[in-house]
Amino acid sequence: MLYIECPWCGFRDDEEFHYGGEAHIQRPTDPNELNDEEFSEYLYLKSNPKGVILERWLHSRGCRRWFNVLRNTVTNEITEIYPIDTLPNSKEGTEYYGQNWRRKSSVEKTIKPREYK
Amino acid sequence: MKKPASNQGMQGLRSEKEKYSIFSLARNSLTYHENWSQAWRSPEPKSEYDTIIIGAGGHGLATAYYLASQHGMRNIAVVDKGWLGGGNTGRNTTIIRSNYMWDESAGIYEHSLKLWEKLSQELNFNTMFSQRGVLTLAHTEHELKEMNRRVEAIRLNGIDSDVLNPNQIKKLVPIIDINPRLRYPVMGGFIQRRGGTARHDAVAWGYARAADSLGVDIIQNCEATGFIIEKGTVKGIQTAKGPIRAKKVGCVVSGHAGVLANLAGFRLPIDSRPLQALVSEPIKPILDTVIMSNSVHMYVSQSDKGEMVFGAGVDSYNSYAQRGSLNIIEGMLAAAVELFPVFSRLRMLRSWGGVVDTCPDASPIISKTPIDNLYFNCGWGTGGFKATPGSGHVFADLIAKDEPNLISAPFSLNRFISGYLIDEHGAAGVAH
Repeated sequence: MLYIECPWCGFRDDEEFHYGGEAHIQRPTDPNELNDEEFSEYLYLKSNPKGVILERWLHSRGCRRWFNVLRNTVTNEITEIYPIDTLPNSKEGTEYYGQNWRRKSSVEKTIKPREYK
Repeated sequence: MKKPASNQGMQGLRSEKEKYSIFSLARNSLTYHENWSQAWRSPEPKSEYDTIIIGAGGHGLATAYYLASQHGMRNIAVVDKGWLGGGNTGRNTTIIRSNYMWDESAGIYEHSLKLWEKLSQELNFNTMFSQRGVLTLAHTEHELKEMNRRVEAIRLNGIDSDVLNPNQIKKLVPIIDINPRLRYPVMGGFIQRRGGTARHDAVAWGYARAADSLGVDIIQNCEATGFIIEKGTVKGIQTAKGPIRAKKVGCVVSGHAGVLANLAGFRLPIDSRPLQALVSEPIKPILDTVIMSNSVHMYVSQSDKGEMVFGAGVDSYNSYAQRGSLNIIEGMLAAAVELFPVFSRLRMLRSWGGVVDTCPDASPIISKTPIDNLYFNCGWGTGGFKATPGSGHVFADLIAKDEPNLISAPFSLNRFISGYLIDEHGAAGVAH
């Protein structure tokens, strides 16, 4: 069982949360600009890393707020929790964000990446 | 019976593998079962093969076996990072059925079920395949209506399926509680009588032994760590025991499919999630069919040893740790005890988890990839065991001919671009 620290409510069991999947997936602002292959990349392809992952969680049975988490998918260790509209601060989080294939994906190439605070 | 000269490299035994039968059992009992021949060799890898299969689970070994037996290939290796059958093949709840709604799914799962029916004979290995029936329960009015619709669709594909009312269910499964005042009362169900269970390890061992006798090298403890790719064509793999070259490479690694795809330079629409199961202490025969319930998410059968085998749900988050959250097991056991009050005093012996490769449409991927001569068979998610023979059979066909056949064609990676998804969440995404 994961023990997740909600930034607003503190530590709770993962039963209280809803998993939001991979974080920082850029939504195409104009899907018509993309061909089927590029849209499929955005819609279906997953990073699914073995190791560090940046992901979203919703405290659905608590304060009902979203936040981002840096977790290791092998050890389940959570090393960083940060607000939904920001980038990770830790070294491994920043590294993972920069090296993720989505930074070079068609979606992020064709449109202006979202500006985080 | 000849005694092997040594435990290593028993090349001479290839064509004269001992046939298992009542006579060989009697003969070996005379020597206190100390002289059974080795079921498969443990060879060192050669420098080159025609085909390498990554992953020595049921699907991978079946692929190697059918490549050898159906397509006349002999120079094949199966590599695995651990021991054969040690991943999800040895961790599932062994349920076999083919009652899927969509034509494409019916095609592959029914193909598989037909192979199951002859498998023990073909492999000369008792897979303990038992067609004890698989009963799926309905707990709401809507679910019952949807079930009737699904049964008609399944029957149109020539697959046996019958709707049962609560009294018929009670007759079939006397320990079930059909009291209408339950929170989720049993309102009906449908049964596939040709469905059932098999011994999961025996399937891996049977395929391994049969493939080995056809000359397939099964190389255990040899992790694939990368691919040798030249000009967009795969030329071999990097392993813990050094590079091995190959003309074709098939990848059948379930939960780690995404990791290997990344090594080959492309990505898959797959999330790896923990799925758990547990068994109770062994008790006297009490349940002679398989019971599944999608609504309350519980499935149970009784093994030949007498253990009740329970399958729990998949966790919501990605993980490569072979363990899941306890609340998933608690929820499943609560449902099991409500349906079968007699289970309330049952003690659980073991629980474990495996890493399953879930696809957005809950259907598998049997496909060519952006790299020439590299093939992937993955995405079986929570229900791959039942498909073991069929999956291996069509995947071997794809590898040998470099063209998908009619059964495997709908399961290509291309469906995520064309949008032709095979949405089996109703049947495959929940219970198995």
